[in-house]
Amino acid sequence: MSLSNSSRQQRTPLFPLYARCGARVVDFHGWDLPVQFAGVMREHRAVRTDAGLFDVSHMGEIEISGPGALEFIQRLCVNDASRLADGQVQYSAMCFDDGGIVDDVTVYRFAADRFLFCVNASNRGKDLDWIRKHRPEGVEVRDLSDETALLALQGPKAEFILNRLVDLSLPGLKYYHFSRCRAGGNEVVVSRTGYTGEDGFEIFLPPEAAKELWQKIMAAGEPAGLMPAGLGARDTLRLEMKYALYGNDIDETTDPLEAGLGWITKLDKGEFFGRGAIIERSGEGPARKLVGIEVKGRGIARAGHAIWADGSEVGIVTSGTFSPTLRKAIALGYVPTPLSRPGTAVSVEIRAAKVEAEVVRTPFYRNGSIRK
Amino acid sequence: MDFPADLKYTKEHEWARQEGKEVTVGITSHAQEELGDIVFLELPEVGTEVVRGKTLGVVESVKAVSDLYSPVSGRVVRVNEGLLDAPERVNEDPYGKGWMIVVETPEETGREGLLSAAEYEAFVKEEKGA
Repeated sequence: MSLSNSSRQQRTPLFPLYARCGARVVDFHGWDLPVQFAGVMREHRAVRTDAGLFDVSHMGEIEISGPGALEFIQRLCVNDASRLADGQVQYSAMCFDDGGIVDDVTVYRFAADRFLFCVNASNRGKDLDWIRKHRPEGVEVRDLSDETALLALQGPKAEFILNRLVDLSLPGLKYYHFSRCRAGGNEVVVSRTGYTGEDGFEIFLPPEAAKELWQKIMAAGEPAGLMPAGLGARDTLRLEMKYALYGNDIDETTDPLEAGLGWITKLDKGEFFGRGAIIERSGEGPARKLVGIEVKGRGIARAGHAIWADGSEVGIVTSGTFSPTLRKAIALGYVPTPLSRPGTAVSVEIRAAKVEAEVVRTPFYRNGSIRK
Repeated sequence: MDFPADLKYTKEHEWARQEGKEVTVGITSHAQEELGDIVFLELPEVGTEVVRGKTLGVVESVKAVSDLYSPVSGRVVRVNEGLLDAPERVNEDPYGKGWMIVVETPEETGREGLLSAAEYEAFVKEEKGA
């Protein structure tokens, strides 16, 4: 009998630090990653009130460059990349021809002919296949994931903590902008972006420099309340903001309009993959919508639970948790558009019981420190 | 980790404290540590018959849902209602304020088949090592 497993677990350069930080490590799409350090609730609270430091080195980085790069990206992505200036970031998504989402990505413009996509770890291979399959002459595609570590320092005190560690004046760096700078002896890229609803930074850096910077940030931030934070808190934080998670709330079967990503889907910017299908499917208004749901009765809605209204099953929960900030069970799920208005009464089937719930306005949490 | 010697344990990580015919039930310190922050509990009502080895309720942390298994058979005579509003007490004090229910057991269904503190500790170590 063979015990060998063909897919080897991957580890980030920060893995050696997890144990001494008290991490509980779990498998996440083939990666050994910390689900929590001191505990999800404490980490969540630290990010909302002070700051948290996340290792998100598992995420993929794909560079697209060359004279035809922008034109190619305009075909790949639903958002309008021509509006980016150097040093600017844009949230976007790639779709298949049928309008289903390949991945949601952040697009960084380094130069008029050089861009970087930051992609979900679980989609890296699929994204690369899709991008390379359509790559025209004059465009180069490079997978930089293995040579890039990524830290996310998030929370209202992030600027104060990081400002002393980089040779860049962070107050001058605007939301969804980035800059190269030096941290310690290393060249890094600091981006004012995140996935928590708080002000904060994502720092791209060489893997060999990651441990040192992690430790420097922790040492500088601990007196201010900084805590290392894991995937558990990352999930509760993003859910309170209704940020979609690929694989849960969006995937190959959902189009960007029904997923609430109409604000990044520029149907009038010209042709792009999936455009025709998206217009056909949801152009007149999608038949279903991803909505925020608050559970009023006792119980926590979880991904996969059925949503009911007026005695019939009308939809499905795609993400659900207990919100540490609001102290309530919150969820995201798809419901028919007529039931998507805030205030609509629904119920969620939790362990065979139908528990009272309501469609609510999102984001669930509105007091974050992000500076728009 | 904490394994009070006066308690009996299950392999599903519940503890049982017998005082006469009454058995108080909760989850172990190891279990609450593994679960993480507990945010929701579903417990049986007073009067419910519970059966040893069968589910009696549910405990949920932020991330995960777990069934609770009854270490004994009998009738529920008290429920720690305070936990429903303060489930974090299970994390803070799993053997004290985090108790969940009290079951009245007929003498003969006592505690056979449950683990001693030493046996449970060995079991946890084995499970962790595996």
